[in-house]
Amino acid sequence: MASVVEVVVPGPYATVQDFGRRGFAHLGVPRSGAADLPSLRLANRLVGNAEDAAAVELTFGGAVLRFARGAWVALTGAPVRASRGGMWAPFWVPSGETLEIGVPYEGLRTYVAVRGGIWVPPVLGSMSTDSLSGLGPAPLEPGTVLALGEPVFGLHADVAPQRSISAEPTVGVVRGPRDDWFTDDGFATLCAGAYRVSQDSNRVGVRLAGTALRRARAGELPSEGMVAGAIQVPPDGQPIVFLADHPPTGGYPVIGVVASADLPKVAQLRPGDRLRFRAVR
Amino acid sequence: MIRRVGEHALLVETGSLAASHRLDARLRLLVDVDEIVPGPETVLVVGGRADQLIPLIEQLDHGPVHDLDGETVEIPVVYDGADLADVAALAGISVDEVIARHTGSEFVAGWLGFAPGFAYLVGLDPSLHVSRLDRPRTAVPAGAVAIAGAYSAVYPAASPGGWRLLGHTTLPVWDVTSDSPALLKPGTRVRMVAT
Repeated sequence: MASVVEVVVPGPYATVQDFGRRGFAHLGVPRSGAADLPSLRLANRLVGNAEDAAAVELTFGGAVLRFARGAWVALTGAPVRASRGGMWAPFWVPSGETLEIGVPYEGLRTYVAVRGGIWVPPVLGSMSTDSLSGLGPAPLEPGTVLALGEPVFGLHADVAPQRSISAEPTVGVVRGPRDDWFTDDGFATLCAGAYRVSQDSNRVGVRLAGTALRRARAGELPSEGMVAGAIQVPPDGQPIVFLADHPPTGGYPVIGVVASADLPKVAQLRPGDRLRFRAVR
Repeated sequence: MIRRVGEHALLVETGSLAASHRLDARLRLLVDVDEIVPGPETVLVVGGRADQLIPLIEQLDHGPVHDLDGETVEIPVVYDGADLADVAALAGISVDEVIARHTGSEFVAGWLGFAPGFAYLVGLDPSLHVSRLDRPRTAVPAGAVAIAGAYSAVYPAASPGGWRLLGHTTLPVWDVTSDSPALLKPGTRVRMVAT
């Protein structure tokens, strides 16, 4: 029998995530996948999985998982205290035991990788839950049972410490493509002050509140393709940074795009955190 | 004009939907990138190296690609939609004439969005350009055939929706188990056939 992980408590919002769905954006399919990809990669490496294996993405921690058979587990991303093991290091959960995961003391999204990888039936090449379109498995609920795949590699790392997660990061932003839809000082305004993360942020995007970005022209932009990290500005002037489940096309102008190396910092922001932008080329 | 979209994507301004479809078709044959997303006046190219893609795109022949013309799909429609009479009243024509003008429209799938497999069909007879519902429905069934503004569409799955319903089709336009999950892709020609 395949070994399984039972979700006893999922916490506020938990999903299965891998690298997402590549190559279907022109058919209206969001990319989806882990919001903080480097943390998913690390978690998988620590337990000897392929980097793109599926793992559990917790939002604000708070999960309890029961292991029907003993398994190696690794926790990455937003650091939490857990009933066993520690962060960024593989640890063993014995057969029949539970793993209780606390609330992160910084950051938002914690990744739980299990040796062998979570296995759910793939949809369009991915096991990810897409919160926007509903593709992939439903978000985890109490009683959800997750199957595991086969291990691929050996275990090599003892611990891989990571830098702390800032609640007030400054992230790089590449200007454009639609910066010319804003007043001359629009991009400078974006890079001047701090923006506060709104409560209604999710895997689709991080909604920000701060100095409004004013448009220089009226009218509507024809719908065009969007990318993760795009800073889309609706008519109210309050920017939204797109994350993994962003719509593949959109009609609001994009004033800039977050540097890809900095996007995981955005994905780890909590409501109330503050974000600053810095122009990069 | 080619605009940078962050470090890993380019937005090519094509100026027209037909030009977007031509560039989309050519690029799909030539390059292996993460995404090529045509829009009404642009094509987004995600992945690949900009220093190689920009010269390639600039020297592409942007003329018609005859062998790449979109295939034609006929959609059998039962015109029993809840908004059929309202659309007729808004357009100032009879229900039969609404059906005649919808089946007489030469549609092309422009781009997809809103939901997986949801194609914005351009080419709707101008007399049928009606506004969206003031209050969107909380549930529109899969297969609903609808219009709003300058577009028609077939709802690929049950979802909320604000378009006006003309009828329904039993032809699936979305199948996640297929390698080619969307029946209507950018550039596909579409005709509605009353059944």
